[in-house]
Order: sequence, then C-alpha cells, then structure tokens
Amino acid sequence: MNKHLLSAGDLTAGDIRLVLDTAGHLAKLTDRAIKKVPTLRGRTVCNLFFEDSTRTRISFELAAKRLSADVINFTAKGSSVSKGESLKDTAITLEAMGVDAIVIRHPASGAPVRLANWVKAHVVNAGDGTHEHPTQALLDLYTMRQHFPSFDGLRVAIVGDVLHSRVARSNVLALKTMGAEVTLVAPPTLLPTSVDQWGVGVSYDLDAVLPKTDVVMMLRIQLERQSAGFFPSVREYARLYGLDARRLDAMPDSSIVMHPGPMNRGVEIAAEVADSIERSVIASQVSNGIHVRMGLLYLLLGGPAVTEPGRLPEEVPA
Amino acid sequence: MPTSRATPGSARPRWPEVIDPEPKPLLDAADVGRALTRIGHEIAERNKGTADVVLVGIHRRGVPLAARLAAKLTEIEGRPVPAGSLDVAMYRDDIGLRPPAATHDTSLPSDLNGKVVVLVDDVLFTGRTIRAALDALVDFGRPRAIQLAVLVDRGHRELPIRADYVGKNVPTSMAQDVQVQLTETDGADRVVITAGASMDASMEASA
Repeated sequence: MNKHLLSAGDLTAGDIRLVLDTAGHLAKLTDRAIKKVPTLRGRTVCNLFFEDSTRTRISFELAAKRLSADVINFTAKGSSVSKGESLKDTAITLEAMGVDAIVIRHPASGAPVRLANWVKAHVVNAGDGTHEHPTQALLDLYTMRQHFPSFDGLRVAIVGDVLHSRVARSNVLALKTMGAEVTLVAPPTLLPTSVDQWGVGVSYDLDAVLPKTDVVMMLRIQLERQSAGFFPSVREYARLYGLDARRLDAMPDSSIVMHPGPMNRGVEIAAEVADSIERSVIASQVSNGIHVRMGLLYLLLGGPAVTEPGRLPEEVPA
Repeated sequence: MPTSRATPGSARPRWPEVIDPEPKPLLDAADVGRALTRIGHEIAERNKGTADVVLVGIHRRGVPLAARLAAKLTEIEGRPVPAGSLDVAMYRDDIGLRPPAATHDTSLPSDLNGKVVVLVDDVLFTGRTIRAALDALVDFGRPRAIQLAVLVDRGHRELPIRADYVGKNVPTSMAQDVQVQLTETDGADRVVITAGASMDASMEASA
C-alpha cells in the first residue's frame, strides 16, 4: 500500500486484493453484538468535506468509529472556509491539531494531491471534482467479487455521464488493473475527448452492449447539466440510455446492476430495476462501502507512523 | 589439508550428515498425533465430559489443531464438539509498531455465554497473542471459563499467562525459532527448532 490513496491508478493488483480481503474479514464484525474493535485507539481521522455528501462521509465516519479511531467531521459550511481560509491554511491547522489521516472531498480535481504535499498525515481521496473517487471503485470491486469468482475477463459496462464522473475514472483504472473488460456507454457528448487513450471499449449503443455484459454500472445524470446542451431532453436520454426492465431482460441471468448513488429514478435507472431483489446490488454497495473503508483505514493506519510519501512497509510473511 | 566439513567450493560434501540442512524434528507426525490424543483426554477429564466445551483455534495453525482436537473429543466422548476460529489481528498490542498484520475470518460455532472455551494455538511464547485472544473472546460473550491448549510451550512469557494443556514443554533460547508445521497448512506434521533469525536469513538468501 501507498501512504496516501489519491488515485485508483496508484493501487497494484496486490494492493486491491489486500484491501478487498481485509474488508471481507472485517465485514464479519457487522454480525456481532459488539461491532467495534480496539484496533485504531488513539488515532484521529478527519473528514474534510468541501462538498455535500451523505453516504461517503457517513461511511468513512462509521468505518473509523468501528475501528475505535476518533473522528472529526469538518464541513466547509460553518467553518473558517466561509471566512475565506485557504485549503492550505485549513490543512496546516488540522496538522497542528495532530490528525493521523485526512479524508478529503473537494470540488476541485487534484485538491487531495495538493493536500498530500502539505501534511504528514495519510490523505484519502473521497472524491475530487471530476477526477477520481478511489474508495468507490474499491467498494464496487468488492461488490462484484461477491457475485463473480474472478475479475479476469469480467465484462463491465459503465453507462452514462462518463465525462463528469469521478466514479467512472476510478473504476476504469481499478478494473483494468484487475484484468476486467470495461466498456463505456454514453452519448458522444458525455464522453471525454481523450477516451480512446483509456484503453477501454466505447459504445454509443446500450442495447448492443447489454447482452454481453456481466456487470452494468449506471452513472447519475446530473440534471443541472441538461441546460448545458449535452443531450436534447431527459426523456430522450432515458429512452436511449436508461436501464429499464426490458433492457434488464436482455442481459445474462447472472448479471448484476450497480449504481453509485444518488439515483435519478426514471432517468438513468427505472425504479423497478433499482429495486430488483435478484439483480440490483445497489443497497449492498452501501454496506460494503463501510467494510472496504474499514479495511483501507486499518491498512493505512495500523502500521508505524510514516512521514515520507511512498510505499508503506509490508509484513514479512512468517 | 583434509577437512571434515564441506567447503563452499567442493562439488560433493564428504560428510553429508554433518551439514544436513534438515534438523531432526522435535516432534514427528506420530508424536503430534499422540500429543493431541492426550490433550483431548485431559480436556474431557478436566471438564467432566464435553457438554459445554467449545474449541476455538487461533489463526493460523491453531485453527486446524482445534478442528483435530474437536474430532478427537467427538471420538472420545461420542458426541460432537464444536470448533471455531478466532482472528486476533484487530486486538494485538503491537498495532502501530509493525506493519499491519494479515487478517482472517473469525467464525465461532455458537453463543459463548456460559460455555467453556478452550483456546487452541500451536506455540505458546510471550503470551501476547493469548492476551489479544482473551480480549477478542469477551467481545463475543461471557464464557463460564476459558482454558488454553498449546502444542508447544517454549517459555519466555512476558505476561502472566499459562497453558492448561501442553503437548510438549520445550526449553528454548530467545534466538531460536520454533516452527509447527501441519498437514493442513504445510503439507506434513512436525515441529522443528531452528537457530532463528541468522539461519532464517541465510535460508532465505539461498531460496
């Protein structure tokens, strides 16, 4: 493992397997009467959120608390940021208070990388602009592994607003590392211009891709973007790229439906598909998120304090 | 000049038994089997049967040992004895002092309230793993009693902990390394003592 988790592209296949395996073992804690272990007693994790978030912040908070770390929640609203304090000064303040890890969500792509250069604490990217959301990719891979024995040759379709999606970027990087076959499906206006360099399949035709797909990951259409002219109307988008019951029937019986949330029911995903008991794993993605973040925090903070960036020391197998 | 030891350059060592890299095992497969049979009888005797007994193996090699002891006890008493596994990585006292220990699944066979839990591990050394295991166990309930069974007790305790059932007491030096190898994890049953860190390093270098 690296000291920081800034991009899913920094994780080796071994790192990803280690996080998923550790998360799998820690998931058993949820079935116990006492859901807490004393592992990270005395460590402090700061959730530094400059953007609104429900599930990611609560997920990180629960993960840290189940490992007995102390958690500070910082939201830009109501803090000195609204008085004009810069990210750097905020970081220096947190550092002076002695936090061991900073979980940051920021509207600007690259903010976590900047932060990692200023602080000695571990930095975990919890979503930066349209860049990356690596823990979402890890929890998505964990969820896929619950349903499929191997990533090798697993056919994953990521459908929707790839252009603005940090979830798509992180998933593409992690899935490629694990040997999955990724296809991006979107109208041409919602694909990045450099998508041909991503090393993945690209299609504009959802109906052609679905019969050859094991995992379909629907991305949220950010409705505020309709005015920017990326697609003619929400109805047309839903007709061409929305996942409804008819399209679900065209997929293999063993396939699963994922969505990082929050969902626009009736736009990118029909309510009956989102609530499908057999095929939708959207609810388990949320619970898996806690386990994956617990595994990650344990692997980052469970070792000796490290001041320099780079690889963390690894255990020599006995 | 004649020499009784193989020199690094020589094609064939003259006295193979002198440089035999395979140390004679402290316990061989039959010894391990006999030790477990005896411990099984001792557990049944001490607890007047196996009515409330639950065997809990500590990862990694305590787990197959607990399963084998459960089979022995089932044979001895004629009724099934539950066995489970316990991971203590989250309860260790050296978290933050060394790289994070690998995690394993904890799977306990039943509610531990009122049960007699027999913790099972391969080697009892400093006692720190057992301390972590005691902490982990109480998060699952309140056993009536907790006992400890180990295949090898090598001494050098750093905590006030002792074993109730011991396969073999082995006086060792701190520099030595006691390795328990089991069919389930290592392909064969045996216990060996190696010279410890320095020999390990040379073995790794040659591997």
